[in-house]
Amino acid sequence: MAETLTAASSHGEHAHGEMSFWSKYVFSTDHKVVGLQYMFTGIFMGLIGGFMAYAFRMQLAFPGVEVPGYGLVSPVDYNALVTNHGTIMIFWVAMPVLVAAFGNYLIPLMVGADDMVFPRLNRLSYQVFLLSAIVLICSFFVEGGGFGGAWTAYPPLSAQSQYNLTPLGSSLWLVAVGLEFVAFLIGGINFITTAMNSRAPGMKAYDIPMIVWMIVVASIMFMASVGPLLAGAVMLFMDQNIGTAFFDPDRGGDPILWQHLFWFFGHPEVYVVLLPATGLVADIITVFSRKKLFAYRTVLYTVFATGVLSFTVWAHHQFVAGIDPRMAHVFTVTTLLISIPIAEMMFVYIATLYGGSITLTTPMLWALAFIAEFLIGGVTGVFLGASGADIYFHDTYFVLAHFHYTFFPIAIIGFYAGISFWFPKMFGKMMNETLGKIHFWGTVIPFNLIFIPLFVLGASGQHRRIYDFSHFPNLSAPWQQDLRILATSALLVMLAFQSVFLVNFVWSLWKGRKAGKNPWKSNTLEWTAESPPPHGNWSELPTVYRGPYEYGVPGRDSDYWPQNEPN
Amino acid sequence: MPISVTNQDYGRIHLVADSRRQPLLASSVMGMLLFVLIEAMLFAGMISAYSIIRSGAMIWPPPDQPRLPIEETAINTAALMLSGLLLFVAHRRFRRDRARARTPLLLSMLLGAVFVVFQGVEWVALIREGFTLTSSSQGSFFYLIVGMHALHAVAALGVLAYVALRLQRGWLASSQLAAAEVFWYFVVGMWPIIYLVVYL
Repeated sequence: MAETLTAASSHGEHAHGEMSFWSKYVFSTDHKVVGLQYMFTGIFMGLIGGFMAYAFRMQLAFPGVEVPGYGLVSPVDYNALVTNHGTIMIFWVAMPVLVAAFGNYLIPLMVGADDMVFPRLNRLSYQVFLLSAIVLICSFFVEGGGFGGAWTAYPPLSAQSQYNLTPLGSSLWLVAVGLEFVAFLIGGINFITTAMNSRAPGMKAYDIPMIVWMIVVASIMFMASVGPLLAGAVMLFMDQNIGTAFFDPDRGGDPILWQHLFWFFGHPEVYVVLLPATGLVADIITVFSRKKLFAYRTVLYTVFATGVLSFTVWAHHQFVAGIDPRMAHVFTVTTLLISIPIAEMMFVYIATLYGGSITLTTPMLWALAFIAEFLIGGVTGVFLGASGADIYFHDTYFVLAHFHYTFFPIAIIGFYAGISFWFPKMFGKMMNETLGKIHFWGTVIPFNLIFIPLFVLGASGQHRRIYDFSHFPNLSAPWQQDLRILATSALLVMLAFQSVFLVNFVWSLWKGRKAGKNPWKSNTLEWTAESPPPHGNWSELPTVYRGPYEYGVPGRDSDYWPQNEPN
Repeated sequence: MPISVTNQDYGRIHLVADSRRQPLLASSVMGMLLFVLIEAMLFAGMISAYSIIRSGAMIWPPPDQPRLPIEETAINTAALMLSGLLLFVAHRRFRRDRARARTPLLLSMLLGAVFVVFQGVEWVALIREGFTLTSSSQGSFFYLIVGMHALHAVAALGVLAYVALRLQRGWLASSQLAAAEVFWYFVVGMWPIIYLVVYL
């Protein structure tokens, strides 16, 4: 508070008095507090989503066995668990942590602003998000349990309760998802406006750190894609509760219509969460290879291309849903096209590493793991984008393993990369490197052991969303069951290793080494503020003189050149 | 620095950062434009869904459904267009002489309110004739799309009322007027599309 007071009085404005706990941490309009609120809520929801994965993976490996800590998984439970695991991990973990938490925390700091342009809207955004999380959690405990119609909510399964058996849960699920979108739309308006209008003097378009650009592009994509799904959600809600028939073919509706509305949003959504993760990886690998980002402008144009292309690929989710085969050809071409800009980004990152003086700190390890693991996810996607191959792979565990190889690097590895890198800024303490590395290897190795077996099982024809494979003689060969047990055991190991992270987090908060302003010798503006930055961030707002990635410039004494130093 | 000083002219929190550069678009206008982008995509989703169902139907409009009031709505459409025009006049006057902006602004709001009320009257008549949310897929889409538009119209009228209040008290910033205009022009501009697609 001391800095805050001097900062305020130095500007001749009247100062805040001591703020109470509530106005400082709960109802704060400070972008950093809102960002941390998003992050902790996201971590909490991640624990729930992880626990759900544990419960249904146990059922798949050991069908009909009482799961320790959960009990017997009934078929209806199983449906609710897989549905809500998917929903939570994408909408309540990947989105809040990658887009909202890092976006809120970093954008004003990285562009040299004292707060978001609309601070009260920012607070409202988190409050709506919190409400959505509460609604979702409540839906598990209503009569019939949580929604069990899969996270894509295809009608008629989602529209008619005689099919999904969760009459209340499915409506609450829709309400929760709708509220969550509203929260991110409010947040996105803030991100874009702040990055455009509140930048420090001197910060031109090509001086903006990559993660800020990527979050801005992701927000625009989210805004442009979510409208049709919101329309679809309203229609589905009316089908469930008022008796309309938007998606009921018997009464003049069309169930495929939902799939179009859903995936028109759903596919750009993949890139909405991917871009922030690739952005923070760009910022991390430049710092730890002490090298300028290779081809900044090319990366930026690539991001724009990805954004545009991502709106033209959605029907590749529907190759077997009965769409016109000629349309399938078009979407095959666009889907294979979009792998080009993404592959280009990965090559650019590898080119950035080439010849750099690399330090393998924990954040750097996570960033490298992101590139390696995401590449596997991207390469396996090519098989699914080609309509001919997809007919065989559709709705198998191959698809499941593919998108976990994309979403896990994005949401989990991306989060750990970001938090281990910006923890010193957020809390003023360093995280423990040894524990960080134990946690890293204990997460990445089991992750591969979970999903490589699932690729194999998927290629052998194992279908998704099946409660008990012992009912299917073709899918219950001993080697298949062994692979399921291997995947589940690896999941248990991985979940156990997450406790290392929690211990490291709490221990570092308590006893970590003091970080100082700029522990990584990084160029971007957030490292010129105190750690943690006070309300208002700087006593005097910075001015920018150069781009964010001037590392190892020849002829300079130090190998970094902060953006705010005149020369 | 907590620059939460309540400025008497504007009555809102002022930050330092966005006063350090001259943005192309004021933050309030940009925020509203982004909001309008979201809502435009919402309507695009509903209207394209409607077109898909309509083009896939064997018989359209569905049998036993009353005819939509095309002529009356055309007049109502003209009222809404005029309302948008009056808001533009208010904007022009505001730039020269603030006091003279009041009349066109209030007239614009009045015409907007007339539009909403007339839509409500029309709905009551249609429901009496047996055209409801569940009577056919035409009915479902009609009430969904027109209702969503009415919701936006009411919200935008609320924003205009807020603007009128601030104008009355002399607190209105031109960026606030511009943001409210963006919202109202969206409501006005969306309507002819809905009229063409849903009514005709």
